[in-house]
Amino acid sequence: MKFGVVVFPGSNCDHDCFHVIDKVLKQPVEYLWHKNTNLNNVDCIIIPGGFSYGDYLRCGAIAKFSPIMDSIIKFANEGGLVIGICNGFQVLLESGLLPGAMMRNTSLHFICKFVELKVEDTDSPFTSQYKKGQIVRIPVAHNEGNYYIDDKGLAELKKNKQIVFRYVKNPNGATDDIAGIVNEKRNVLGMMPHPERCSEDELTSSDGRPIFESIVKWLKENGKS
Amino acid sequence: MTSGGEKMFEAQIKVTLKKTVADPQGLTVKHALDSLNFSGLEDIRMGKFITLQLKAKDEAEAKEQVESMCQKLLANPIIEDYSFEVKKI
Repeated sequence: MKFGVVVFPGSNCDHDCFHVIDKVLKQPVEYLWHKNTNLNNVDCIIIPGGFSYGDYLRCGAIAKFSPIMDSIIKFANEGGLVIGICNGFQVLLESGLLPGAMMRNTSLHFICKFVELKVEDTDSPFTSQYKKGQIVRIPVAHNEGNYYIDDKGLAELKKNKQIVFRYVKNPNGATDDIAGIVNEKRNVLGMMPHPERCSEDELTSSDGRPIFESIVKWLKENGKS
Repeated sequence: MTSGGEKMFEAQIKVTLKKTVADPQGLTVKHALDSLNFSGLEDIRMGKFITLQLKAKDEAEAKEQVESMCQKLLANPIIEDYSFEVKKI
């Protein structure tokens, strides 16, 4: 199995993600430069947090036109695992791999703190190592984390059990307290909180680690040992 | 007139949040204006204003290009509306 961490100009959580996969999960991982179109046979793509292209125009709006995104969209459509964290989630929304859009926090403040999340669904390659209903502590750090989707889209998300994480106390105004969703095929996850910042016991919470462990388990079970 | 029979146009593009989408920035500015005693103030919506110059054969082609720019990049149709004017310069 091999992980790939995408690097855009302005990505700044790429090294954290790389570190968790390499040192904590002890799995092969490499960086994928945004100008490349070759995904180097990785089995899971991580689109990390940061400020791709300076967050100009709209967060993630310019990144979606990077050469690598065409390959990632194709990879995802063929069932490959993709996880977008924070700015990575915004890129997935702008790319149309996940439904909805990201708006400015209702407080207009950049929010950087630990928040509690409720694990709403464990039936995905990303959440199998949690218990349904479990409360986990994972930090957020964003200015545009106010997830928006219209009523029809929200009904679809609920019907298909695509909402996998909800905020216990909504920090940003997100529709229906949504912190993380998967696509209908459940192979693409987008979430605003940062699991890579809390995957080791030294970091006061290791509640993010089961996401990466779930991915490793899923890949092993699907012939990517 | 530029080379090849193309002309220069200027487009002025407005991108605003859809009416159905909450606008926390507009609301905050409204509160600030309220506190300055502009009592007649009813509503504020914030948005983006983009001005650009482009070459095209005629106005119809210039409009077509700007429309495409708005759809592909300048606006996010899930949360935003856009409108624009194109004039020859």
